[in-house]
Amino acid sequence: MAPITFLEAIRQAMFEEMAADPSVVLIGEDVGVYGGAFKTSEGLLEKFGWERVIDTPISESAIIGAACGMSYLGLRPIAEMQFIDFIACCFNQLTNFVAKGHYLWNAPAPIVVRGPSGGGVHGGPFHSANPEMYFLHTPGMKIVYPSTPSDAKGLLKASIRDNNPVLFFEHKFLYRRIKEEIPAGDYTVPLGKAVVRREGKHLTILSYAAMMHTSLEAAEALAKEGIEAEVIDLRTLMPLDEETILQSIRKTNKCLVVHEDTKTGGISGEIAAILFEKAFHDLDGPVLRVASLDTPVPYAPTLEEAFLPNAQKIFAAARDLAKF
Amino acid sequence: MPATEASPKTKLSRQQYLDLYYYMRLNREVEDTMTLLFRQNKIVGGLYSSLGQEAVSTGSAYALEKKDWMAPMIRNIGALLVKGVPPRDIFTQHMAKYTSPTKGKDGTSHFGDLENLHIVSPISMLGDLIPVLTGVAMAGRYLGQKIVAMTWIGDGGSSTGVFHEGLNLAASQKAAFVLILENNQWAYSTPVRRQVPIENLADRAKAYGISSYIVDGNDPVAVYLTAKEAVDRARAGEGPILIEAKTFRRRGHAQHDPAEYVPAEQREYWEKRDPITLYERFLTAEKILDARGKKEIEDKITALLEKDREFALNSPMPPAEFAAAGVYCTGDDCHKIRPKWERPISEVTPPKSSVDPVWIVEGFGRGKTSSRENAPIHFGDTQPATEEPARNGKSPSKPAAKPPARKPAPAKPADRGKARR
Repeated sequence: MAPITFLEAIRQAMFEEMAADPSVVLIGEDVGVYGGAFKTSEGLLEKFGWERVIDTPISESAIIGAACGMSYLGLRPIAEMQFIDFIACCFNQLTNFVAKGHYLWNAPAPIVVRGPSGGGVHGGPFHSANPEMYFLHTPGMKIVYPSTPSDAKGLLKASIRDNNPVLFFEHKFLYRRIKEEIPAGDYTVPLGKAVVRREGKHLTILSYAAMMHTSLEAAEALAKEGIEAEVIDLRTLMPLDEETILQSIRKTNKCLVVHEDTKTGGISGEIAAILFEKAFHDLDGPVLRVASLDTPVPYAPTLEEAFLPNAQKIFAAARDLAKF
Repeated sequence: MPATEASPKTKLSRQQYLDLYYYMRLNREVEDTMTLLFRQNKIVGGLYSSLGQEAVSTGSAYALEKKDWMAPMIRNIGALLVKGVPPRDIFTQHMAKYTSPTKGKDGTSHFGDLENLHIVSPISMLGDLIPVLTGVAMAGRYLGQKIVAMTWIGDGGSSTGVFHEGLNLAASQKAAFVLILENNQWAYSTPVRRQVPIENLADRAKAYGISSYIVDGNDPVAVYLTAKEAVDRARAGEGPILIEAKTFRRRGHAQHDPAEYVPAEQREYWEKRDPITLYERFLTAEKILDARGKKEIEDKITALLEKDREFALNSPMPPAEFAAAGVYCTGDDCHKIRPKWERPISEVTPPKSSVDPVWIVEGFGRGKTSSRENAPIHFGDTQPATEEPARNGKSPSKPAAKPPARKPAPAKPADRGKARR
């Protein structure tokens, strides 16, 4: 089978789930006639019709509210944020209504909220966000952030079939830049299972989404210096695969967390806390973090480059960590 | 006497008149019982009163069929009762008991029932229910269920952003959605005149291209007849309908609030218009209710509430370990809702779905091929029908009386003419 892009993997997942299950519908801005701002839903309207591919006004709260209401009658809506930055506009609907429903009154809302996220494409401060951590702090939602086309497809299918609200982040830098041959036929990738992308024995690099690729690049460079880094792709932040993380740390005894989200309040802090709680005696060095600056995402290429982590920054941090 | 004007006796069956009376009385007695429980420190959190607003809750919910969906607000306990919620659920909720619908995880009327009664729980953030119930209506249409979704919003909540987003989506989708705008004239301590610079909140419907009514919220028959007409029209595919029910919040925002900010003359005016007193007078005059019938209803309510109150009082609090349970739906039996198809699934699956959608907005998405002349502007088929006669020729009900205080001069036709010149 020919390799496909990340974008195509997303499209295939939606297409196949909609074809297999009439309770799956897509709702969002410009998802129908236009096929989505990034063309992720191209062709879906023609195939599934107006009732299942629903173009809405620019109303993120209404999109999430309506998706939630639809799920109460047994549907499984996919709600698209044209850019994930706009999820801020429906924060209340998500955190107070959707996320709390099952805990409070036994009302699960099996909706997927998906959209393009992340920087590196000069989108500026309102089209580059990584808002996953706002929602990690909200009990009741699952958070998925894939890094490869085959994962994107398998995880999106699993998210659509999940009985909980799932936030599905699609790093737009990856949309057309990576291609991969994906498994044939229907498959899912379970939520909550991290994967070891590169084996190593000197230290562990934990990452996800676009930074997973940057981390692999850094690991190549480290290998040339005799440092074997194990690179783990978290895939989902909620549930977080603590078992795979702890297993690796027990082997390498050193941990570097890399993410594109800003540093303060990022998942790295949470992971460091987990390691201190559960693997304190296994650690031979500090848990280090490579993350974006604690600023809004700046627009100018020179500024954005300084803002984002890169292979050199990861390399430097890993080399320091290896010295312990 | 507004009830007789707005609703001639022949409009409802005898049983319907008596049902409305029963539910209004039950609504009030449930709340009176809870006021006593509150004073005895049996209510865990706040207690919100709908005293004087019972006609809105009961009259509107009474227009729904069993299969229809609704989402009440905190002052719509009457609607819950009409839809079939037993008083014990309301008592146990307020008392945070393990036997309550949320098993003590939330209080007040914050609970729902997706599977049987089709009730969506409210949350404290106002307006969120509007898009949610729009989604319910959209899903109902998609599944071919011919349901109507109803929710309530206050004069206060009508200023939220999500009110606009939700109602506009409902309008653009032509959803079978009825919104009861319960104008009780006060958002906590802020009078409606300082929230909104218009006379009638129903006028907002015009901006969404949807129909609206204004109704005397203290007349249960007028509320019912208006809601029934709206529900019928929504079910028939006319799109969402907004009903402004003008009423008055006789108590404070909650029990702690003596509402001293309310002018005495306004309070006195509305206390004279108590919906239950007026309705009882009407039923007596029309010989629908006599002393014996009234006593039967009262005895029935007393017995029911005594039983349910005892049940709630004797129920346990939830065990501490229950706090950690149920954030996520895990396992196979936590999500039992399966779509109930009442149309052929083949209509919405390829290849048929691509060629023959059952519902589309006229002209929607055809911008590519439309010429400038025939490009749709308002989707062609929405009706700016505010205060215009309904399609079946009936006049929408008008409020029989308005509050005397703080009335700004409404724009009169003559004024409008002048402005045009």
